[in-house]
Amino acid sequence: MIRQSATQMAEALADGSTTSVELTKAHLAQIAAVDGQVKAFLHVDADGALAQASAVDAKRKSGEKLSPLAGIPLALKDVLAQRGVPTTAGSKILQGWLPPYDSTVVTKLKSAGLVILGKTNMDEFAMGSSTENSGYGPTFNPWDLTRTPGGSSGGSAAAVSAFEAPLAVGSDTGGSIRQPAALTGIVGVRPTYGAVSRFGLIAYSSSLDQAGPFGRTVLDTALLHEVMAGHDPKDATSINAPVPAVVAAAKSGDVKGMKIGVIKQLQGAGYQKGVQARFDESLQVLASLGAEIVEVDCPNFEYALAAYYLIAPSECSSNLARFDAMRYGVRTGDSDGASAEAVMSATRDAGFGREVKRRIILGTYALSSGYYDAYYGSAQKIRTLIIEDYAKAFTQADVLVSPTAPTTAYKIGEKVDDPMAMYLGDVATIPVNLAGICGMSLPAGLAEEDNLPVGFQIMAPAMQDQRLYQAGAALEAALLTKWGAPILSKAPVLAGGK
Amino acid sequence: MALPTYDEVVAKWDPVLGLEVHVELNTQSKMFCSCATEFGAAPNTQTCPVCLALPGALPVVNEKAIESTILIGLALNCKIAPYSRFARKNYFYPDMPKNFQISQYDEPICFDGYVDVEIDTEEGPKQFRIEVERVHMEEDTGKSLHVGGATGRIHGADYSLLDYNRAGIPLVEIVTKIVPGTGKYAPEVAKAYVAELRDILRGLKVSDVKMEQGSLRCDANVSLKPIGSDVLGTRSETKNVNSLRSVERAIRGEMIRHAELLNEGKKVKQETRHFQEDTGLTRSGRSKEQAEDYRYFPDPDLLPVTPAATWIEELRATLPERPSLRRKRIKEEWNVPDKEMQAMINADVLDIVEATVLLGADPTKARTWWLGEISRIANDQNIAVTELAITPADVAELVALVAAGELTDKLARQVVEGVIAGEGKPAEVVAKRGIKVVNDDGALMAAIEKVCAEQAETAEKVRGGHLPAAGALIGAVMKETKGQADAARVRELLLGHLGQG
Repeated sequence: MIRQSATQMAEALADGSTTSVELTKAHLAQIAAVDGQVKAFLHVDADGALAQASAVDAKRKSGEKLSPLAGIPLALKDVLAQRGVPTTAGSKILQGWLPPYDSTVVTKLKSAGLVILGKTNMDEFAMGSSTENSGYGPTFNPWDLTRTPGGSSGGSAAAVSAFEAPLAVGSDTGGSIRQPAALTGIVGVRPTYGAVSRFGLIAYSSSLDQAGPFGRTVLDTALLHEVMAGHDPKDATSINAPVPAVVAAAKSGDVKGMKIGVIKQLQGAGYQKGVQARFDESLQVLASLGAEIVEVDCPNFEYALAAYYLIAPSECSSNLARFDAMRYGVRTGDSDGASAEAVMSATRDAGFGREVKRRIILGTYALSSGYYDAYYGSAQKIRTLIIEDYAKAFTQADVLVSPTAPTTAYKIGEKVDDPMAMYLGDVATIPVNLAGICGMSLPAGLAEEDNLPVGFQIMAPAMQDQRLYQAGAALEAALLTKWGAPILSKAPVLAGGK
Repeated sequence: MALPTYDEVVAKWDPVLGLEVHVELNTQSKMFCSCATEFGAAPNTQTCPVCLALPGALPVVNEKAIESTILIGLALNCKIAPYSRFARKNYFYPDMPKNFQISQYDEPICFDGYVDVEIDTEEGPKQFRIEVERVHMEEDTGKSLHVGGATGRIHGADYSLLDYNRAGIPLVEIVTKIVPGTGKYAPEVAKAYVAELRDILRGLKVSDVKMEQGSLRCDANVSLKPIGSDVLGTRSETKNVNSLRSVERAIRGEMIRHAELLNEGKKVKQETRHFQEDTGLTRSGRSKEQAEDYRYFPDPDLLPVTPAATWIEELRATLPERPSLRRKRIKEEWNVPDKEMQAMINADVLDIVEATVLLGADPTKARTWWLGEISRIANDQNIAVTELAITPADVAELVALVAAGELTDKLARQVVEGVIAGEGKPAEVVAKRGIKVVNDDGALMAAIEKVCAEQAETAEKVRGGHLPAAGALIGAVMKETKGQADAARVRELLLGHLGQG
């Protein structure tokens, strides 16, 4: 049952062949069996999940009209506040914090009847690409437990890939949904900036952060996207416009006549051979389905990584200032005579991990007087140039494509001491965040040299998220025919799991 | 060297002012969340995830606050920016939940305005134009109470109490350009400017403008340069100036302090100073020699503010009567002499007198009470008339009692004392103290006859036509009747009795 898609599970719930409680118990059993190996979850809320499941079952029994995903279990990235459930953003500094309020995403999930199984592991405050920066230890890739599932939403991606949940919510500031989706062989979407409310999403970089869905199929992902998205008056940057018709697009899955632009700068040198091969193969598949493949030039993408690593740290240096031990979270060094300043300092020193400190220091420096123009100011100019590159490219193509990540999943510990190597893994995903547009990663098969999943990235203009699903569903269907079975069926079955 | 006198200071030095006024807006909800803003609520009862800066919470701008700020800008003759942004001012302090303050930096919503003020000088009334550099929006911080320690400051305190009710209350900061050329009138010009601002803001109904509650706060920058010099001196910034009178005192005090240092060849330190209400002096605060780096950057959680030109014009059309015009109107309507008008403005009683008149009191009588007896008591207690426990309604009632002949002016003064002492409304004080006019001519005649018998010699003088001598007799009769008689009636009866009626 747990290996089905969310769409299939929803059908089974609708026709009465299963209940949400059964479904929830089955997933809790899988979590109990395999999460000791995967470590996707920081907190499993079995009681809360079962209570929500039986509430949905009762509603269904009474004949109440339910939303399409009502009763389906889901894993929630620990970056989103959920009332009364431990929420840490993967940081020791928030250990034991129980939010007194629900994030807007959680409110929407709850009112759509989704069953939140628990909170998933992540790089601390979403800063990282491997989940190794979590204050609570790394998550392991279900395809190969010696490897990382990517990050920062590694826990959510691993949970879906290990059949611990059919759906998950992540957040994507520089690729944190798309890259782990690629590394674990699932679908992940970063919606247009402003499409999903950030209220209750613990901020890393406010102008780049965006929550989004994970699923094992394009349609499942679209269904969750539709639940999460929509205008929220509590978020000033939320877009006040109808949600694009992503579910309809995922169901139609047609690329005939669609112009697909290959970004010259995001392929070739620096990309693993097997990654490039699968990417080229997918392009041929799309061409065979009637899409027109064109090459587009985005010359300023070269500077995207540099701009990102100035803007995101700058914003984070300010966003994370609130973690000062005064009102919530862990407090360190509050002994007799210690000043407030000393307690703040000791708490932040003990509570934040190395990568978080690295970025806070970087951002503090970039914003400081005398350096602002050279760093933050220049980065914002590059951001404008990247937006212009995209605007021009989208006059030549309906969607743009690239490999999601330059490599398949790497070994845990391999890049921990080399931040630059780790940062380079985000080179293909970061431009989307800087421009505020939307992007999807979906499985393109396995790299020949290591038999690990490769992600195919599709990008579309702001508020044209449906184009991702339209192209993604077409590619997914064609590849499924080619493979004969979903990609995840090729992953090893975890010890004790199903 | 002795402290120079003020006259010595202004004979040698030319003051340059800069004034920053913070105004708490009276919106129903806070700047970036829907929490209530009422003053005086129990600590931390008007808070939510946003103003407590819980993880994940986001600010959303209060449209009403933007409207109020634009109104202020328009009333101060400012230009309104078609595009302005909020910026984060980053610094750590426990009463600031986010450890950054949302403010405006290089893109304020209103800029380039002015306020004209008029003060009384030795050469007669003189107008000064105070140029306004900018008016911008920001949020207030929480309140800290540092317990223990000698200074009441965070350093050395045993512990601190934090109240976040004020955190996030909309603040408008009005910053002047440097104000040169006020010479010896600098303290009065500054006071007149703050008073004018307060009157303008009150007229706009955008703030409670209560200095004593902190809804209007003034930071005064003062520097001195030698008379005739173009080079600005080092300035100090005095905070905690919580009344109009304090504005004047603080600036005067700083001018004297600077001059003393400069006269001795010492340097003025660029620093924040705190005004001490009791001594009228300032105390050194944070040194600003190494300017703090606030790492301002545009707040990515908020959209730019882009008021439509049509909306700005709609707001402009709603601007109320300017305080200077209002004063002119009042002067004419009440027929107030120049000197009296200026006295009312100086004593800051115009509003309260107008409130009294609106309750039915005669303008001259109302003015006389507030400017006379009540102001005298306020001065004795070293507080503002508005802080005394007497209201326009009380004075209106008092004026009515006198007009009805139930009180004499002299008795009414006792009633004023009683009201201020908290004995109740005027009628209650009259009842409690047993104050009543002796209207019984028989009783008065008995007293008159007694007094004339006792002071037969004086009575004879009056009888002989020497009327000034009657004063002593009237005084004695008043004493005899414990001041409860109407002096005019006593005079009438006395003169009649002595054949002079």
